[in-house]
Amino acid sequence: MAEIQIKNVAKQFGEYQALHDINLTIADQEFMVLLGASGCGKSTLLRIICGLETATTGEVWIGGRRVDHLAPKDRGISMVFQNYAVFPHLTVFENIGFGLRMQKMSNDEVKRRVERTATLMHIEQLLQRYSGELSGGQRQRVAVARALAMEPDVILMDEPLSNLDALLRMEMRAELKGVLAESKTTAIYVTHDQVEAMSMADRISVMHEGKIVQAASPIEVYRNPAAEFVASFIGNPPMNFLNATPAGDGKWSVAGNVVDGPRANGPLQFAIRPEDMQLSDAGLTATAKVVEPLGAHLLVTCELDGKMFRAVLDSDLTVNPGDALTLAPQADRVRWFDPGTTLAVA
Amino acid sequence: MTTVATDVAPPDARKAGRYVYGAAVFLLCAWVLVPLYFLLINTLSSPESVNTFPKAFIPEFDLGSLLFFASFAGMLDALKNSILVALLTMVLSIVVGAPAGYALSRFEFRGKELFRMLILLTRAFPLPLLALPLAVMFIRTGLDDTVIGLAMVHTTLAVPFAVLITFSLFSGIPLELEEAAWTLGCTRLTAFTKVVLPLILPGITASAIFAFVISWNEVFAAAVLTIENRTLTAFLLTNLETSPLHLKFAGGFILVVPALIFIFAVRKYLFAMWGIANR
Repeated sequence: MAEIQIKNVAKQFGEYQALHDINLTIADQEFMVLLGASGCGKSTLLRIICGLETATTGEVWIGGRRVDHLAPKDRGISMVFQNYAVFPHLTVFENIGFGLRMQKMSNDEVKRRVERTATLMHIEQLLQRYSGELSGGQRQRVAVARALAMEPDVILMDEPLSNLDALLRMEMRAELKGVLAESKTTAIYVTHDQVEAMSMADRISVMHEGKIVQAASPIEVYRNPAAEFVASFIGNPPMNFLNATPAGDGKWSVAGNVVDGPRANGPLQFAIRPEDMQLSDAGLTATAKVVEPLGAHLLVTCELDGKMFRAVLDSDLTVNPGDALTLAPQADRVRWFDPGTTLAVA
Repeated sequence: MTTVATDVAPPDARKAGRYVYGAAVFLLCAWVLVPLYFLLINTLSSPESVNTFPKAFIPEFDLGSLLFFASFAGMLDALKNSILVALLTMVLSIVVGAPAGYALSRFEFRGKELFRMLILLTRAFPLPLLALPLAVMFIRTGLDDTVIGLAMVHTTLAVPFAVLITFSLFSGIPLELEEAAWTLGCTRLTAFTKVVLPLILPGITASAIFAFVISWNEVFAAAVLTIENRTLTAFLLTNLETSPLHLKFAGGFILVVPALIFIFAVRKYLFAMWGIANR
């Protein structure tokens, strides 16, 4: 059992507040992704959990034990680094067995565990090589095998796939997800890549400016973003926003149309994902500016109510720049945000 | 031939450029190699033929001068002292310099830049300026005329280089490697001995050898601070007027050769210190 609890953790670098009062509970065997743009504090939070960085205030608990005063080696964690950190002076075998040897395990046990994790990561034929003789993808596999061989309670990964090329990244993504589910460890995975986050996570914590904006399942984060930042950060292309002004009880005026909305004091932001728009007879009137045929669908960037607005349409349609389009939003997919607090309004 | 002509300059100009380049390379090589060549020729000549001119192009391989050098009273003791002082300097400068280099590359602390400058400043004062007060202090403390005393002075000369070389070595090792070791069960100390040390050992050796050469070649402090226990450089200097020419050549040769060999062996790391990419 290794539930992770982060209680009121804050981190200050001189004048700069990197983390503000973070509270997060990660369940046993959960795959948690910390997602955010660079500089949002996600790596700092991971390093605090790992013990490579100390929190200014707050507590970290792993498996019911307070660990924030312990050295990294005493926390029952292992870590996979962005640049792999494979020791160049040791063979792949000794790299994977490094942590086991530090625990004074017998040679037989080390051999058994190294061979098992190497087979799991498909690098059993590389055991006698040095890191200089490996490709980036192979080094990545060694780094993961080294972390897994420790049989840790918690495995921490800091952008482990960001140095791989696109094809390899997709392959490793699926493989990592399978291996980690198999190993039954709790995992925290830091990334700035929303596709990685969506495809791998049980739960995503979206971070922004040192705070966790939303922690929820990938589909929840996608469908019901808790704040404007999440809506505009997740999804490619991101959500569209239009200004809405009150037009009576639960009615809102959006770009000249009246739509049903929440009962609130105005004004609000009307938000809709590009794929939730359809060409229709009635709806929002837009002027197409750029048309990008992407094969699977047609991405149309238009001007609507003086703002840029994107719609993902069926690829069989013929749309030319300058065309006037009437777009109908799918009513149950419309979301509302308060421009003051930037939070979602139900 | 299927070479593709990519040149822009007319062939004549290119040819001339190549000649100038070749001549410059030749001159520079001659500048360094000719004195060494004469040193070698004269050392391997018999004592009688040292003063003759012109020199034979091929050395005589007569060991007379070297044998005379070896049998000269006090010479072998001086050689032994030189080696002892140089070895001690080597050990001391690494013991002092390497931790400083590690701290400079890994930790942020107040006055770090100032500290780096101060290290270089130790080389700004000419040794003659320091030698007299040092001699007085050494006599008071009983350190004068001892191998350890001289080694300490040489260490102060060698430490700046030891710090700078080890600083660049440690900086070349990603912090992530150490962090990975910490997460895999190492303490700061075991991470250092199991990961960092094996990676920088060749560089540390180079830095040690460089310290050895600095001490080996140093003459001023050695001449001022020793009387009985002279090192080879100081011994040769004090006997400069009285000793015959072939003894000087043999002494010079004995001094130059180890320094040359060592510097050649560690050139890669010295280039690294000066920021020159080597191939």
